[in-house]
Amino acid sequence: MSVSSQQVAVNRVFHALGDPTRRAIVEQLSAGPVSVSRLAVPLRITLAAVVQHLQVLEESGLVQTEKIGRVRTCRIEPKGLSVAEKWINDRRAFWERRFDRLGKMLEEDQK
Amino acid sequence: MTQGCVTHSTFIIERNLASSPERVFAAWSDPVQKRRWYAEGERGSVEAHHLDFRVGGSEHTTTIIGGGPFKGTALTNDSVYLDIVPNQRIVFAYTMTLGEKRISASQATVEFLADGKGTIMAFTEQSAFFEGADGAEMREQGWKSLVGQLEKFLAR
Amino acid sequence: MEKSSVTHATFTIERTYPVTPDQVFAAFADPAKKRRWFFPEQGAQVEEHEMNFHVGGAERKTFRVEQGMSCRNETFYQDIVPDERIVFAYTMSVEGRPISSSQSTVELLPDGKKTRLLFTEQAAFFEGADGPEMRQSGWNSLFTRLNSQFAQS
Repeated sequence: MSVSSQQVAVNRVFHALGDPTRRAIVEQLSAGPVSVSRLAVPLRITLAAVVQHLQVLEESGLVQTEKIGRVRTCRIEPKGLSVAEKWINDRRAFWERRFDRLGKMLEEDQK
Repeated sequence: MTQGCVTHSTFIIERNLASSPERVFAAWSDPVQKRRWYAEGERGSVEAHHLDFRVGGSEHTTTIIGGGPFKGTALTNDSVYLDIVPNQRIVFAYTMTLGEKRISASQATVEFLADGKGTIMAFTEQSAFFEGADGAEMREQGWKSLVGQLEKFLAR
Repeated sequence: MEKSSVTHATFTIERTYPVTPDQVFAAFADPAKKRRWFFPEQGAQVEEHEMNFHVGGAERKTFRVEQGMSCRNETFYQDIVPDERIVFAYTMSVEGRPISSSQSTVELLPDGKKTRLLFTEQAAFFEGADGPEMRQSGWNSLFTRLNSQFAQS
């Protein structure tokens, strides 16, 4: 039964996208390739931390890094997400947006 | 990460069955057959079993526990069917209630894959356990024993 | 041997809100409140909605995304403990074809005068199981349309 490989891939992507810093990295890379050192800047984390996150993202197949000369560049792996992975990502985004809106509503009602 | 009071877990049980997917599916979908392997058994006596097998339909099963620390207590399963693809897939959500207390809510997926003349049946349960619940290991054991009852039923 | 068509996954989301649990619970239980944060701004696009917030209750919502694709959500409440916990199962269908089913748990934990919301979704996704597989591009544009349906204006 080929449940396992699909399930393993989804779990890996899940783990990768379960971290808000990694989600922020993926979002940044969606706008275009960025060097590793430049990724660290808006996130305000150390280069070492970025490298660790990138390792997880590379393992999940979402991101690709390439060293040209002295610069290591990251880009989104276009074939990275399977349909199932995209769908689950979509589900998470759906709920994140709603819980943000819930927060705003609760704040409004307090005033 | 905050600790809540609900424990979530997922387990999968796979079995190779000698019967065709149609035959295995019928054991799940026909109320008369389902009662035989699912409701009746050594755990206790069946007090009620009703099955309305369609998307949005429900199933209600009550057994009185025969022995052990909960002897005499009613164990009730209430299911609602979420998705049905004949001879291929059944998805349902069910809660388990022990006495007066609801102890868990789960989503279950049963898949039937043709394998030669037989079937590979994959049962995946995604559970949420509340206070007083049996927990993932016991629940998995419970379903393993039910699947054993299904195998015996199909082999008769 | 055929390939299994169902993918299972679980994810969690946490939030802290500066109000007591009963107020957060009300946001789920009260239809007027729920409408404000859960549904798209443009009410007209939601064709049919009824709320039945009790154990055993079912809610149905159909809506159309751009280009007329019809989507349907059905929710079944499995467990409700006022101010503490809501557990429900919900299915999604597109053009009459079921694409997924999930069990969701909302836990509300008191934290002084605040509430920690713990949301766990245990999902099952049916990919191309019931007919010709939808092409990758088809799924991509569906997701985009679903997202923009609910985008903040």
